[in-house]
Amino acid sequence: MALPSPTQTEGRASALPAFLWNATKLLLTVAVTLLGLLLVTFLISHVISVDPVLAVVGDRASKSTYDKMFIEMGLDRPLYEQFWIYVQKVLSLDFGKSFLTKKDVVDDIARAFPATLELATLAIIIGTVIGVPLGIVSAVKAGKPIDQFVRIIGLIGYSAPIFWLGLLGLLVFYAKLDWISGPGRIDIAYEYSITPATGMLLVDSAMQGQWEAFRNAFSHIILPASLLGYNAMAYISRMTRSFMLTELAQEYVITARVKGVPEWRIIWVHALRNAAVPLVTVIAFSYGGLLEGSVLTETVFAWPGLGLYLTNSLQVADMNAVLGGTLVIGTIFVGLNLLSDLLYNVLDPRVRRRGGKS
Amino acid sequence: MSGLQTRREWLLSDSPVSRGQARWGQSYRIWLALTANRLAMVGLWIVIILALLAIFAPLIAPYDPLEGIGGLRGARLEPPSWSHPFGTDDLSRDILSRVLHGSRLTLLVVLLVAVIATPIGLAIGTAAGYFGGWVDVVLMRITDIFMAFPRLILALAFASALGPGIENAIIAIAITAWPPYARLARAETLTIRETDYINAARLQGASSLRILWGHVTPLCLSSAIVRVTLDMAGIILIAAGLGFLGLGAQPPQPEWGAMIAGGRRFIIDQWWVATMPGLAIFIVALGFNLLGDGLRDVLDPKARK
Repeated sequence: MALPSPTQTEGRASALPAFLWNATKLLLTVAVTLLGLLLVTFLISHVISVDPVLAVVGDRASKSTYDKMFIEMGLDRPLYEQFWIYVQKVLSLDFGKSFLTKKDVVDDIARAFPATLELATLAIIIGTVIGVPLGIVSAVKAGKPIDQFVRIIGLIGYSAPIFWLGLLGLLVFYAKLDWISGPGRIDIAYEYSITPATGMLLVDSAMQGQWEAFRNAFSHIILPASLLGYNAMAYISRMTRSFMLTELAQEYVITARVKGVPEWRIIWVHALRNAAVPLVTVIAFSYGGLLEGSVLTETVFAWPGLGLYLTNSLQVADMNAVLGGTLVIGTIFVGLNLLSDLLYNVLDPRVRRRGGKS
Repeated sequence: MSGLQTRREWLLSDSPVSRGQARWGQSYRIWLALTANRLAMVGLWIVIILALLAIFAPLIAPYDPLEGIGGLRGARLEPPSWSHPFGTDDLSRDILSRVLHGSRLTLLVVLLVAVIATPIGLAIGTAAGYFGGWVDVVLMRITDIFMAFPRLILALAFASALGPGIENAIIAIAITAWPPYARLARAETLTIRETDYINAARLQGASSLRILWGHVTPLCLSSAIVRVTLDMAGIILIAAGLGFLGLGAQPPQPEWGAMIAGGRRFIIDQWWVATMPGLAIFIVALGFNLLGDGLRDVLDPKARK
């Protein structure tokens, strides 16, 4: 009675190292991937680029100016040395200066980031709140007209170019119906009344109790966020449907039915709880996918976020800014994938136990 | 009639007498299942019509896609009418003619990306799966790194470094498109690697290259082709996005994404300039998505529910 059963101690003793081993492996993978991201952006800027010097000095520069810049940019050194310098710079958060804004790229990105975060967060909320119930309904009514309907709604979301939908949305809801505000984040009248805290206007204005400004900011964000959310919804509802179909075919569902548990409870409590685990990882993953959609959406809606910064820099071949933006978005993407992996490990008891055993 | 009947019976025979009969029979069953899916058939027809329009664009298009009608200001920004069903743009060009010619560019992008990206993916995936060990680790790490970027962002970075133009856009998209095919080919190679006939080929002294090229790659090809079909809509949308941002085809080429960008200024008062090419992108992407969805249902019994 005093002695714990041997299996119990064994389980505890081996669980920790296994977990640590997995964590180390995961971190190592992430580190290699991030280094790879650096390598790819380095190759783009130093090898593929037609002429990085010309982009800086312009085509009217004299030969001596050109040569001076060539050496100043370190292009005369061997590639591996250039890469090493590049890594050091990036690790100390030095992405260079932007030719367009004449400021440090890091500062530009830090200023633009909250706008994108706000847009993407509202979009993922919209996508989840609509997508999950739609997916559940179409799984329960699989093959019925409602299932076909949801499928077609999703296919439209996969097929329509988001920048085109944005333009049509502006035409209909802004120009014709006048339900929402046009491009931009907020009307100029309110622009300086909000003290920046988080940089997210909805959060800031709500915290400061400025409901007029909040309503104005909301009327600006609702259309781009809905369009981005629609994209996410198409994916989330499809995945929810397939997870729910798997769960509803499990034996515990039959057992619950035999015991006389009401059908709504089986669907929304028993099955959904099990489908929720992979679903959380899907949502985290599609949050990363929104970064991609935000580039085009922000361009259409003149939304001053990371995407617009990136596309404005693209137009003038401002490579420092382009690569800084690309690197930041890539890193966030990797981080979100890592997060969705971790969430899966933490939430799914089966994975947790398997990790302990091995 | 009876000849047709017997051919059908030959195809659907439960006990095929030759390998050819079995293979044809299987393809025929897939075809039957696909034709039974109404949405997939809609998709197939859209794709066929796209191909026909692209081939015969110069014959069908009522006007020149690059020249304004009656000079630059002859028929500027005219709304849709019988003579210009899609209206005209700010340089007096007939939008219908431009959209029709644009289908050639869309088809060109899709085909070239498929032709470039699939072999890269197959080569990397089969090599990783067949050799295993360090080769596998390194190749798959590279694949993961490419998948760590959102596709559009990576394509944007490549396209901006290469400079604007449709050839560079195609290269940029292909560079971002191969990783899924590499993963797929690796997984298939892992199951093929240990089969008896590969061992037999090895014992006969076939070189690794010969085994990979002659025995492994052909078996991975069909699933890679299906996967490419599924990806076509995505490729079209990325190409249109690049065009919209000014990194794809350059004016005056009638690329659909670039046409939307051109019509953006007029969206409030002359909505047709941006709307019509967008509609074309939407319908074609929808067609490929419907077809791909149907193909997946037919070929992957697990997804069929």
